[in-house]
Amino acid sequence: MKVGLFVPCYINQFYPKVAIDTLELLEKFGLEVGYPLNQTCCGQPMANSGYEHLTGSTNELFTQNFAGYDYIVSPSGSCTLHIKDHLHSDEAPAEAKNIRSRIYELTEFLTDIIKIDNIKASFPYRVGLHQSCHGQRGLKLAQMTELTAPAFSKPEQLLKMVNGIELVPLTRADECCGFGGTFCVAEEAVSVKMGKDRVADHIKNNAEYITAADMSCLMHMEGILKRQKSPVKVVHIAEILNAAMV
Amino acid sequence: MSAGKDHAALAQVFNNDENRVDWHDETLWFVRAKRDRASHGIPDWELLRETASQIKHNVLSNMHNYLVQFEENALTNGIKIHWAADAAEHNAIVLSILKEKGIDRMVKSKSMLTEECHLNDFLQDNGVEVIDSDLGERIVQLAKEPPSHIVLPCIHKKKEEIGDIFHEHLGTAAGESDPQILTETARQHLREIFITRRAALTGVNFAIAETGEFVVCTNEGNADMGAHLADVHIASMGFEKLIPQRKHLSVFLRLLTRSATGQPITTYSSHFKKPRPGQQMHIIIVDNGRSIQLGREDFRNSLKCIRCGACMNTCPVYRRSGGHSYHTAVAGPIGSILAPNLDMEKYADLPFASTLCGSCSNVCPVKIDIHDQLYKWRQVIVKNGYSTKTKTAMMKGMTLALSSPAIFNLSGKAGRLALRYIPFAVNNGLNPWFKQRDMPTPPEDSFTDWYKKNRKGEKP
Repeated sequence: MKVGLFVPCYINQFYPKVAIDTLELLEKFGLEVGYPLNQTCCGQPMANSGYEHLTGSTNELFTQNFAGYDYIVSPSGSCTLHIKDHLHSDEAPAEAKNIRSRIYELTEFLTDIIKIDNIKASFPYRVGLHQSCHGQRGLKLAQMTELTAPAFSKPEQLLKMVNGIELVPLTRADECCGFGGTFCVAEEAVSVKMGKDRVADHIKNNAEYITAADMSCLMHMEGILKRQKSPVKVVHIAEILNAAMV
Repeated sequence: MSAGKDHAALAQVFNNDENRVDWHDETLWFVRAKRDRASHGIPDWELLRETASQIKHNVLSNMHNYLVQFEENALTNGIKIHWAADAAEHNAIVLSILKEKGIDRMVKSKSMLTEECHLNDFLQDNGVEVIDSDLGERIVQLAKEPPSHIVLPCIHKKKEEIGDIFHEHLGTAAGESDPQILTETARQHLREIFITRRAALTGVNFAIAETGEFVVCTNEGNADMGAHLADVHIASMGFEKLIPQRKHLSVFLRLLTRSATGQPITTYSSHFKKPRPGQQMHIIIVDNGRSIQLGREDFRNSLKCIRCGACMNTCPVYRRSGGHSYHTAVAGPIGSILAPNLDMEKYADLPFASTLCGSCSNVCPVKIDIHDQLYKWRQVIVKNGYSTKTKTAMMKGMTLALSSPAIFNLSGKAGRLALRYIPFAVNNGLNPWFKQRDMPTPPEDSFTDWYKKNRKGEKP
């Protein structure tokens, strides 16, 4: 099995540790992981802003980069969802279609494809899990409170395998943090208010860390926490799952 | 879209008072939580949603036949039927019915369609007084404001503010804010209205093609009070209110109030089939853009809406921006996919007033793909040129940078350097991110840099 690592543009530039932990984690499970050096971005910032018609070149680039892999794995629910729903290629339509069906967000790849049942990791802290909307409602990584159906959560299933971790309950289990891509600047006031409220829920429930399967939500919440000079930190789920045993 | 009047600007004003935002958010979240308990309390909720969605699907696919069937049956029942192509025609029909009877005062039950048509203003300009009889509607009417929510029209007002309005208009004591006293005052005031008005207008929740009757749902019984006492009953309905058969009501009535307020059923679900002796009953069937929406394949499903308001209560953006920030009669997620159909330029901002979190689609009792439609509207709006030049230039620049790995790596490096060494270049008031959030601490190397140093580059 040959796995292509898709690292979202902002993780590549601002949070390389998340990508390193993702890579190491996949390698821990004996997978052969390749990282196409020519990758940039999935095109979601343009598409969600109404400029899907400008994503042709990023689509072609993405298709070229990842056509050769059995699976494509990414530490981002949002970018994965965008590729799954919107990747098209005029030059290689069959490859693009193939990629759409073989791209996985990291936690669903671990639970559904390689089906791991234990992780050698330790993270002895109180952690609040932020269920990012695109991952949860888009990729169905977890059950949604609006639906009347049995509960499940792929990220939580993995976190429960981590030594010493204490998952804190949240008052609003799956409310959006307000990042929303370009929404975070176009609708600055509402975006920040949503972020403040989301962070407050974690703090109220005594979290020391906020984690998620999406770094974009965490980047937004980190910005708010730092501005508030809060001791609460954000950590991507890949960083927890790859945290060394003490 | 006039400058400074878009959702973001109006929401920013709403957010100047953070305590009020908190209160608004908590109040609506309370309703959402009630909706959850009510929907989780019956075993077949998801089946009901699917069934309702399919029934509406059938209606939308056979609109013509059901409308003809409804008209025939309603005429047989003795109801007068009017067809209105747009808001102006609807309003003119209402006025002509009243004029024919020499009526210049009317009582009205809640109808978002008449809000959409701006009926009250029109009638007032033509010398007809209209009193809204739904308590929340009456309050916003006295305050000279439009409703901020389709089910809870004055949810944005605190009881103290309502007390002030009642003091000014209905003579309650200054500073009185006891809900029971205020409600009793409204009740006495409205009772006098019900008794003296010869014409009553109601909305329509469901119109049944099979029988030619219609159903009006209220919690206060105000539609019934108005209609049962008046000589003339006018019912205004958008044509999408049709359902094929009476038995289908059982599906919708179970869904409607559970979704809206968390109640098992409305207090009054009243069936109107024919005028009582001596009474006139009119139904105005309104298009006002609906047939255009029906013709837009991507947006057709928005016409399934039964106006429960669940998408507003669950929407984290609506809860923190208030209904008025949507500057349209139907606010929130559903309003944001209905409004651009009416006027794409005026409402170009609304599909962007969302994080696309998807909660709206999940609570929708008729399974409208609201957040997918928001995404699709964005594409349509930009393609039709209703975007700013700045945004288009920014997106083109971004596309260029992201299309080339070389430019991407270089600009990424430049960006990280700028953040590290000249943070004031980005950390200033002109950067909307920085206004209330810190920027990420930039690392020295990107992941690509790290990978080149630590692993051999892969070219599959």
